[in-house]
Amino acid sequence: MKRVVVFIKQVPDTAELKIDPVTNTMIREGVPSIINPFDMYAIEEALKIKDKWGDTETVVMTMGPPQADAALREAISMGIDKGILLSDKKFAASDTWATSYILSKAVEKLGDFDVLIAGKQATDGDTAQVGPGVATWLKIPSVTYVRKIDELEPGHAKVERMRSEGFDIIEVKGKFLMTVLKELNEPRIPSFRGKMAAKKAEIPVWGADDLNTDEANIGFTGSPTRVVKAFTPPPKKGGIKVEGDDLETVKGVFKFIKENHLA
Amino acid sequence: MSTKNKILIIGECRESSIHHVTFELVSEGAELSKKNNGEVVVLVPGYKIDTAQTEGLFKAGADKVILLDHEKLQQLNDVHYLRNIAAVINEEEPGIVLAGATPQGRSLMPKLAITMKAGLTADCTELDIEEGTGLLLQTRPAFGGNLMATIKTPKHLQMSTVRPKVFKVETGYSKEKNITKFTYIDGDSPLKIIEAVRSIEEMVNLADSDIIVSGGRGLGDKANFKVVFDLAAKLNAAVGASRAAVDAGWISYAHQVGQTGTTVMPKLYIALGISGAIQHQVGMKSADYIIAVNKDSNAPIFNVADYGIVGDLFEIAPKLTELLG
Ligand SMILES: Cc1cc2nc3c(=O)[nH]c(=O)nc-3n(C[C@H](O)[C@H](O)[C@H](O)COP(=O)(O)OP(=O)(O)OC[C@H]3O[C@@H](n4cnc5c(N)ncnc54)[C@H](O)[C@@H]3O)c2cc1C
Ligand SMILES: Nc1ncnc2c1ncn2[C@@H]1O[C@H](COP(=O)(O)O)[C@@H](O)[C@H]1O
Repeated sequence: MKRVVVFIKQVPDTAELKIDPVTNTMIREGVPSIINPFDMYAIEEALKIKDKWGDTETVVMTMGPPQADAALREAISMGIDKGILLSDKKFAASDTWATSYILSKAVEKLGDFDVLIAGKQATDGDTAQVGPGVATWLKIPSVTYVRKIDELEPGHAKVERMRSEGFDIIEVKGKFLMTVLKELNEPRIPSFRGKMAAKKAEIPVWGADDLNTDEANIGFTGSPTRVVKAFTPPPKKGGIKVEGDDLETVKGVFKFIKENHLA
Repeated sequence: MSTKNKILIIGECRESSIHHVTFELVSEGAELSKKNNGEVVVLVPGYKIDTAQTEGLFKAGADKVILLDHEKLQQLNDVHYLRNIAAVINEEEPGIVLAGATPQGRSLMPKLAITMKAGLTADCTELDIEEGTGLLLQTRPAFGGNLMATIKTPKHLQMSTVRPKVFKVETGYSKEKNITKFTYIDGDSPLKIIEAVRSIEEMVNLADSDIIVSGGRGLGDKANFKVVFDLAAKLNAAVGASRAAVDAGWISYAHQVGQTGTTVMPKLYIALGISGAIQHQVGMKSADYIIAVNKDSNAPIFNVADYGIVGDLFEIAPKLTELLG
C-alpha cells in the first residue's frame, strides 16, 4: 500500500482575532480554532492523490495540545483515512527546529511513505519553516511553493514551483516533501459519511516516549530560538477620508502622493 | 576578531544580476557590525554572475565578497545550493547568517537551519545587536502583523530571513575590494529544474515593489483590470488583487494579496474596489501608506487607509493615471 502524509496545524481564526484595547495584547479566549488555511489544500491534494493512485493510505498528523484532535477529525471528515496527534507536555514551547524534529520522528514511527505534504506556511507563526525542516530531518528533498502538479507517481514527480518572476518546472526522483499553495486545488466539503467516520475515528496520541525523541531536541530545551518580547504594533487608524470622484477630489490624492514622495 | 562576530550574507542572483535584497542585507549587516565589532562577508551564488556589481556590494558595506559561480547554480536547484552554502558556512564559521525572505531564502534557510542546528527567524523587519551579549535581536511580525515578536538565539548559530525593501542600501562605504572565489562542490541531486519559465505575463514581483496597485471585486470583470494595470504602469508598480478577483478568474493567483496569498510591505498600497476583509488586511496593512478607493463609505478598508476616497474607481483611477502623466 502507498502512503501520503499531511502535516496540519490548528491555528486561531485570524478573522476573529481581537486586540485588548487596554493591555494591547491579543485576546485568545473565545477565538475559534481552524485548520491552517494552507493546510486545507495539502489535505485536498492528498485526497486527490489517493483518488488517482487507489490503494493508498492518507494520514494527517499534527503536533499540538489535546484539543488539536478536532483538526484531525475535520480532516477525516473530508476523507482522510487516519489522524495522529503528537501531544506531550515535553513538546510544549518547541520552535520550528524542534517541531520539525518531532514530526520527522513521527513519520519514522509510522513507517514507509511516498509523499509528504505541508502547507506553505501557518497563519499564526507565518514562518514556512516546518515543512522543509521535516524533509531535512528525513533526508529527502523538498519543493516549496508548489502551485501545480504535472505528474505524480510513487518515486517520480513533476511539479511547478511559484517564483516571483514566473515558475520553475521541477522533476523529482524518489520520496519528497512539498509545501503547497491555494492555487493547487479547491478543498472538498466533508461528506455525511466522512462526518460519521470522523466521529468514530480512534485518534492515537503519541508522546515523547512513543517517538523515542531525544530530550535535547524537543520542547524549550531543544529549541535554539527564544522569544524575548512580544508586542502589538499600534493599530492602524484610518486617516483622511474624502468623498467624490471629480477631478478636484482626485487632485487631492495626487497631492498626497507627491507630498509624501511616494511617486 | 572572533568569527562569532562575522555576519555572512547569503546573496541572490536573478539571471546573472545580483538582486537588490542582497545589497540591502549588506548595508544592514554593516550597520550591525558597527555594534558587534564584526565583519560582513557576502556569498554570491549564481551563474555568470555580473562581477561589475560587486563594486556596489563594497560601497554598501561588504568587507569580503565570495563568488560561487557554476553552471549548476543557474537555476535554483535546492540540493546543489544547499551543499555549497553549507560548505561556505562551515568554512567561514559566521555567528550570524542573513538571507532575503524571498522564495529562494525561504526555501533554503529552513533546511540549512536544521543541518547546522541554528535558530532561524523568518521574515524579519528589524534587526539589532543586544548590548552586553552581542546577540542578534530579530523582530518580526506574526499573526499577519497583529503581533510583533523579538527573537534571539542565545547558544546556536543565529540565522534570519529578512523582508526585501525593509532596509536601505548605503553607497558611501569605501572598503577594500576583497573578492575570493569558492570552488563549486559537485554531487547528485534528486531534483532537476527542467524549465524556469519567466515571462512578462508571469512577472508579479509583489514582494520587490515599492508600490502596489491592487484590484478587487469592485472591478466587475477581467477586462476592467486594465484600469489597475494602467495606473500601475504609470507608478512603476506591481499589480495585486483580492482573493475575490483571483477566484473570479480575472487575474492569476500569484497576484493575490492576503492570508492565503502573499504578504506585502510596500511604501504605497493602492486598493481599488476592495472591501478590506480581515484576510486581505493581514496581507497589506503593514504598507507605509495605504490609499483606498471604494464606493461604500462603510467599507472596512477605510479603517486602515491613510487616504480614502469614497467614490467610483472607474472615475478616480483613470483621472489619477492622467494626473501622474
Ligand atoms: C480562510 C480564508 C482566507 C482568505 N484569504 C484571502 C486572501 O489571501 N486575500 C484576500 O483578498 N481575501 C482572502 N479571503 C477572502 C476575504 O474574506 C474577502 O472575501 C475578499 O478579500 C473580498 O475581496 P474584495 O474586497 O475584492 O471583494 P468584496 O468584499 O466583494 O468587495 C468589493 C468592494 O468593491 C467596492 N466597489 C464595487 N464597485 C465599485 C466601484 N465602481 N468603485 C469603487 N468601489 C467599488 C464595493 O463597495 C466593495 O466594498 C480569505 C477568506 C478566507 C475565509
Ligand atoms: N505543530 C504542527 N503540527 C503539524 N504540522 C505543522 C505544525 N506546525 C507547522 N506544521 C506544518 O508546517 C507548515 C508550515 O508551518 P510554519 O512553518 O509554522 O509556517 C504548516 O502549513 C503545516 O503543514
